[in-house]
Amino acid sequence: MVLQVRHVSFGYDATHGFALRDVSLAVERGSLTGLLGPNGCGKTTLLKLMAGVLRAQQGSITLAAAGSGPAGRAVGRALADIPRRELARHIAVVPQETHPAFDYRVIEMVLMGRHPHLGPFALEGPGDLAIAHDALAATGTGHLAARSYMSLSGGEKQRVVIASALAQQPDILLLDEPTASLDLAYQLEVAALLARLNRERGVTVVVATHDLNLAASICRRLVLLRAGRVLAQGDTDAVLTGDTIRDLYDVDADVRFHDRSGHLTVVPIGRIR
Amino acid sequence: MSATSSSVATPVGAGLRPIRLRLTLTVLGYGALALVVCLLAPLVGSTSISVSRALDRSIPFADNVDAQIFFLARLPRVLAGATVGAALATSGVVLQALLRNPLATPFTLGVSSGAALGAVVAIAGGMTVGLGPLSPVPFASLAGAFLVSAIIYALGTRPGRPMSTDVLLLAGVTLNAFLSALILLVQYFADFAETYRMVRWLMGDLDAGGFLPIAAVLPLLVVAFAMFATLPSALNLLSVGADTASTRGVSVPRTQRVAFVATALATSAAVTLAGPIGFVGIVVPHLVRLMTGVDHRIVLPASALFGAAFLVACDLVARTVLAPVELPVGIVTAVIGGPFFLWLLVRKS
Repeated sequence: MVLQVRHVSFGYDATHGFALRDVSLAVERGSLTGLLGPNGCGKTTLLKLMAGVLRAQQGSITLAAAGSGPAGRAVGRALADIPRRELARHIAVVPQETHPAFDYRVIEMVLMGRHPHLGPFALEGPGDLAIAHDALAATGTGHLAARSYMSLSGGEKQRVVIASALAQQPDILLLDEPTASLDLAYQLEVAALLARLNRERGVTVVVATHDLNLAASICRRLVLLRAGRVLAQGDTDAVLTGDTIRDLYDVDADVRFHDRSGHLTVVPIGRIR
Repeated sequence: MSATSSSVATPVGAGLRPIRLRLTLTVLGYGALALVVCLLAPLVGSTSISVSRALDRSIPFADNVDAQIFFLARLPRVLAGATVGAALATSGVVLQALLRNPLATPFTLGVSSGAALGAVVAIAGGMTVGLGPLSPVPFASLAGAFLVSAIIYALGTRPGRPMSTDVLLLAGVTLNAFLSALILLVQYFADFAETYRMVRWLMGDLDAGGFLPIAAVLPLLVVAFAMFATLPSALNLLSVGADTASTRGVSVPRTQRVAFVATALATSAAVTLAGPIGFVGIVVPHLVRLMTGVDHRIVLPASALFGAAFLVACDLVARTVLAPVELPVGIVTAVIGGPFFLWLLVRKS
């Protein structure tokens, strides 16, 4: 595995108790994992812990960089021991929404992804520009390079932020509800993009989402979080059932294999009181 | 997708020149502007002087009125304008990124109010303890500025975590109001002559009275600018978001602290030298952004140079517009800066 979460508990402050309790999970190299659960279950907190933005009070999170140990074997290192700049060369994050205080151009936003690869006073060179344009092309936003970020639509912004994360050339991409504010067409487009990045570039992807059908369509593995604890985790076919959805959301849902789409689909029937 | 993949071959930079070239052109362009303004400004004033006579070494300095006006009255004033303008403009840029708020100014965090309270207390107390030839007022204002910065810093920082920009902003606004009340209280009990000196100090004035006061605050500015120089690319990411900056490899708490301390030093030095001169710290960064775009690696050096040129030019207007009366430059920066800024905003939209 590449990212190992062991018995992690985390609370934002003493009065509110733990937001996450005894969470353990393993993210395999090259996997595409979905993180599901109701609002406030700790998905965003878990992503921030896995990105090293927050530090767990209990438990450990280790990153195994490929070929970092003897004979090319991967060796796990605690996130807390890895310098920020180095960590950012392995793990990139796409937050739910990105609102810069100033009106950067798209190419400038994407080039900021090169920050962990540049020295403190170094300016980006032609190599960095090529990587940024490659990232724009991969997300279908090459034509937006000279546009102002703030003038873009929600879907375009999200793809530009993904491009910026790709410019970090990470092994692992963590996304927090990347399709939350997007219409149906953009939801499908972002889903297809994540699947393609995972398949063609071998990027390990962890995506937190409320969209069960999106998760079913691209994720091979799911982790279900409820009230800060792992309810279930495993292969999508095994974990995504009517029973788990009832336990997770108190919702009665039909889960069936859909022939035309080629994956499980979830049809919510009603709320269970 | 196949159509967009070919766009890798589109011209590199997509409408923007490479950063190295942009930075070089910026420094050369704005540097030339600052240099020209600073060289022309000492030649213009309520009394017209002859350059050749001012620089004529054959005339004894004591008899050379032109040289005395040039070297003793105008040159220190131009140098004070350039340093204060550069310090306030860069402090504005850095604070706007740190607080993720384009409306922040160097005085948002209460530094100028602290300096002002120190100054009025020194004036009212009839303080006479100076350091050599320097008046006690600047020492008191520097102490006030440092004290307020330390209070805000203590309130805004949390061990090992990013600074709370909300706490910084609210604490700054609150302290500004609180200190203004204390300043009014001191003024209320001051006599007529003291009140006049206080009001003049609060207006902001670049008549530093020689080179010594400038040299005295120079070490603070050197330290502040050395710290500024480490910041630009981290400021780009901080202004996108603290969490984003963190996941892109920025050590957020450390960057924020360096940014805070550097702006506190630069602003304290500027206010101590010239009083609270408003608008420079917000008008200059915004004008520069309208001209160069928002990348801090360009905006920060451009603002330092343009801020220097802007304040020297404003002071030139202050010295000449109602000659022989010399206006406080703070009035001119507000009168020029405010409407010009509004015009640019309207023009852009």
